[in-house]
Formats: sequence, C-alpha cells, structure tokens
Amino acid sequence: MTRIRSVFWRVVALAILAAGAYGAWVRFTQGLGAATNLSDAYPWGLWIGFDILCGVGLAAGGFAITTAVYILRIERLRPIVRPAILTAFLGYLLVILALMFDLGRPWNIWRAIVLWNPRSVMFEVAWCVMLYTTVLALEFSPVLFEHLGWRRAVKVVKAVVAPLVGVGFILSTLHQSSLGSLYLIVPTKLHPLWYSPLLPIFFWLSAVAAGLAMVIFESGMSARAFGRALEFDLLQGISRVMVLFLGLFLFLRFWDLWWWRGTLGAAFRFSGPGSFEAGMFWLETLLLAVPLVAILLDRVRANPLGLFAASLMVIAGFLVNRLNVSTTGLEASSGVRYFPSWIEISVTLSIVTLGLALFSLAVRRLPIFHPIQPEIAHDALDGV
Amino acid sequence: MRALLFDATLCAGCGACTAACREKNQLPETEGPDLSDRRFTVLKKAANRGSEVNYRRLCMHCLDPTCASVCPVGAFRKTAAGPVVYNSEICMGCRYCIQACPFSVPRFEWSSLTPRVRKCNFCADRLAAGKPNACAEACPTGATLAGEREALLKEARSRLAAEPAKYIPKIYGEYDVGGTCVLVLSPVAFSQLGLPDNLPLHPLRILTYRALSQVPTFVGCGTFLLAGLGWLTRRKTEVARFEASLAKSGTDGPSRKEVKP
Repeated sequence: MTRIRSVFWRVVALAILAAGAYGAWVRFTQGLGAATNLSDAYPWGLWIGFDILCGVGLAAGGFAITTAVYILRIERLRPIVRPAILTAFLGYLLVILALMFDLGRPWNIWRAIVLWNPRSVMFEVAWCVMLYTTVLALEFSPVLFEHLGWRRAVKVVKAVVAPLVGVGFILSTLHQSSLGSLYLIVPTKLHPLWYSPLLPIFFWLSAVAAGLAMVIFESGMSARAFGRALEFDLLQGISRVMVLFLGLFLFLRFWDLWWWRGTLGAAFRFSGPGSFEAGMFWLETLLLAVPLVAILLDRVRANPLGLFAASLMVIAGFLVNRLNVSTTGLEASSGVRYFPSWIEISVTLSIVTLGLALFSLAVRRLPIFHPIQPEIAHDALDGV
Repeated sequence: MRALLFDATLCAGCGACTAACREKNQLPETEGPDLSDRRFTVLKKAANRGSEVNYRRLCMHCLDPTCASVCPVGAFRKTAAGPVVYNSEICMGCRYCIQACPFSVPRFEWSSLTPRVRKCNFCADRLAAGKPNACAEACPTGATLAGEREALLKEARSRLAAEPAKYIPKIYGEYDVGGTCVLVLSPVAFSQLGLPDNLPLHPLRILTYRALSQVPTFVGCGTFLLAGLGWLTRRKTEVARFEASLAKSGTDGPSRKEVKP
C-alpha cells in the first residue's frame, strides 16, 4: 500500500517536473510574453508573488529558530535547528532559481553588486538575500562537513556560529520587512485594504509566524514520511510563540485599518466593485485568526493533528496575504484581470516539487533530524 | 531645465507629434490605443461637454523620478537638462520601474529574449544639440511647446489667467510627485487624460525612504542588542553550570565569592 502510494507521488512529481521543464524551455526560447500572462499593466505575477514573496517568508523559520537557540540560548529548541536551517537554505536557493525565470535580463543580476542605488528597496533586498544565502550556506555547512568527516572544518564554523546567527537575524529582519517596503512606492495602485505605511512591519511579523508554522508542519510531515519527529511539547512551545506573532500581526492590521487609516469599510463591500478584494481580505484574515484562536484552546494544542492543521492554516493564510498584496490588491488599479498562465503555474509547482525532493533527499542522506536524546541533540548544529 | 507644455485645448489630434516621434526613434508604425514598447507617445480622445478633447500621453520626466529611485542598479537617470534616460546595458529586467511609475509609462519588450524597458527619452540627444523635442517641433498648432521649465510655467499661468473659463485651474506637473518636466493644461479633469489626480505633491521616493532610512539605525542598535543578549545568556549558562558543579562537589567546595567560573 505504501509502495503504491510512493509510486503514485513519484509519477505526479515527474509529471509536474516535465511540465515545468517544457515551461522553462518556452520561457528561455520565446521570452516572458509567451510564457506568462504578464503585461505592462500587470508586470509582476505569480513568480514574484508566490515564488519570491512566499518563498522568502516561509523560510523565516531559519532565522527565528537559530536566533532562539544561539542568541537567546533556548536549549530545548536545538533539535529543530538543522531542519529549520535546511528549510531556509533550500528556500533561498529556490527563490534565486525562480528569480532567474522572472528577471527579463537575468545575466545582469550581478550588477547590483557593483552598481549601487541605496535609494532602492530592491537594491537592499538584493544585497540582503545575497548575504543571507551565504550565511545560510555557512550555517548549513557543518552538516555536510560532518557527513564527509571533516572535523576541523566543523570546528571552524562552530567557532563563529553565534555571530553568524546574529548577522543572519539582522539581514533577515531587513529583507523580510523590505519585501513589504517594496509596495510602499505604489500608494495609488495598491488597494487600501493592503497599502499601509506599516507594510514592512506586517511582512516581518507574518513571516516569523509563517516560518514557525513551517517548522511545525515539516515536523509533522517528517514524522509521517521518515518516522522522525520532534518532541511534541517542543512543537507546542513553538506554537505559542507563533500565536504571539499572529496576534500582534492581526492586532496591528486591524488597528491600522480601522483606527489609523479608517479604511476598514472597504472590507464590507460584498457586492459590486471591491467585493472581490473584500472577500480575499476576509479569506486571509480568517485563515490567520481561526488557528490563532484554535491554538489558544488547550484541547486543540494538545492534539498533534489539531496543531498540524492549525499550522497548515497559518501557512495558507500567509500565502493568501502575500498573494493579496502582490496580485489581488493591484488588479483594480491596473484595469486588467490577471490569472497566471499554465507555464507560470507549472514552473512554480516544479520549483516546489524540487524543494520537497531536495528536502527529502537531505533528510535521508545527511544528519538533519537527530535522535531525540538530549546529549546528542545538544550540539546539533555544531556536530559534536 | 528643459520642459514641454502640452495644452489640450489647442491639440487638433493631427498626429504630427506621434509621426515625428516614430521617425526620431526609428519606431515602426503600429496600431494601438496606448503606449507600448514601440509607441513612446500616443494621441487619445476624452469627452468634453458634448464634444471631444485630444490629448497626448508620454513619459512625464519627473523632477525626482520614481523609476530612478526604485531601480536596484540605477538604470534610470534624471539628467540635468531634464530628460529621464534609461540604460539597457545594466538593466536586469526586474520591472520594478513599470510597477512603481505613478503614470504607468514604462513599457517592457515582453516578446524579446533580451527585453528592454522602453519609453520616451525626451529627445535627450536633440536637447544636447540645442534642438527642441521632435514632437514639439512637429506640432502645427502649438499644443506641444518646448522650452525652459520656468518659462513654460509662466506661459501656462498667463493662459490660465487670460481664459479661466477654458481650463481646469491647475498646471498638472507643477508640483505633482515633486514636479514633472511635462506640464499639462486641460479643459477636463486631469484623470480623464490618464493623469492620476490622487498623487501626493512630494516625490514617491519619500515613502520608501521612511522605511529605508531606518536601516542604519536598525543595524547599529540590532548588533548592539544581539551582542548584549548573547553575552547575557552565555554568562547565565556559565553561572548555572558553575553552580551545578558546586552543588555536586558539596559544601566543601569554594564559596561563590572566591571563585569565578
């Protein structure tokens, strides 16, 4: 039975990758116009909204967990450090891969290193992503070194890991929030339900919540797939922190909409123009508010399935939020309807599939999930 | 600084400007209602109390351009003479300029494998040679006038003063998003001419600057705080370990005051 299921998923994955490969061929032989439904009125679509904005946000577990362990020294979280770093590292590599599809002239990407425009949010994001991917590579390197038996190299990285994590926290906070700042420049184009001077803060808070949700979700998935899970009380602890960030996000969001900018009325247009935006706003809000309330209930939090479902909802709500800012909220002003082409969708699905495949490969081959024995788990990243 | 004054009440919609623009920029003749990667200026019509008003669309050549502020590599540049020019050599095709432009002007070569951003460059080379913009030179009615920005503003003000009933009492581009080099006079609401009437009077760059300017402060304070926190928690574990070792060795061990961990 499990065998049939694994064959089935392999066939699905191969079909997605084949479609994605054809999509890549169209993209790189005929251009963005042939491959996507983008236009001058609607220049950013699924690849920016999902692959970049969501990809970076979901990888936020990496900096949240490493900061908790190496700066705040919450030792209980050590067993999660490696899976969180792996997720983040793969996430950023895939974001860069997606960027190669979306950029019209990707061969010029290196120019941001030499041609500085510090007034540009995109410039800041480019630098932070570049530097943070390097930090993640270094944070991940002990896993490889350990696998290869290079003890000295492991020691070298161990010596600098705490400052490295600190740099990672600063770089992450900067670009996670700056992805929101990107949209500060379109005050007249972005729908008032999403445009806010607080966008950078919203993006940072929701990224931390979603990053932690990913840690819980992955642990649940890994338990099923590889029989390797994390202690349940650990996940409960993480869910409490996630609730804190979710609560802050929702509170600030409504304070901003209702009290500060007074645009909450736009959320109650249930017919005519603006009703689509209102609907998407409530979908986003409910997907984040329901798990928030659910996790506060002991009965849900104490149930592995309940916790798993709640974290899944947070991830979904996060995805809807990012897609709302980057696509839903920009439709009305653009005057066109945007729905991604099948090529955009197949490339995106291929990138997700690639991520899952690489994660599963790494978990099988490399020392990622340690046995939950404290003395071994203690120095998970350091590999001692 | 050089500028253009477009007075919609004078425009006959003859198409001399669009033809001159095509010739100057060696663009093919293409059909279409709006700007494109091969149409840097277009003529359009808006309703005006029973009749019609002709108007042009083209890059506004902002004094503090949004495109230049958002481009990560600085492919857009505001020149001292007025034109906002673009360098495709360094552009990576991220299209943030297209997303950010408040006038929705820049266009992308979507069907190209080496796509460039395309828009009016204000005939930068002609201006450098002391000649007027090609569209202004071609205009038979004087609807598009080329000149120094200050002089054109003065001219526009005198037109508004002379015939107040004819115009909306505003020179579009005098202050909008910090001012533009294309100034527009219109008998109908500017939003009907595709010019947003809800733009702030300051450059849009200010909006991102508010966030970006926090970066150095954040990096400074963040580093300090993290280093402090790291030191604190490390010390705490050291002390805890030491006290645990004391407890193990019993009451005969050294007192806390005498030995530092």
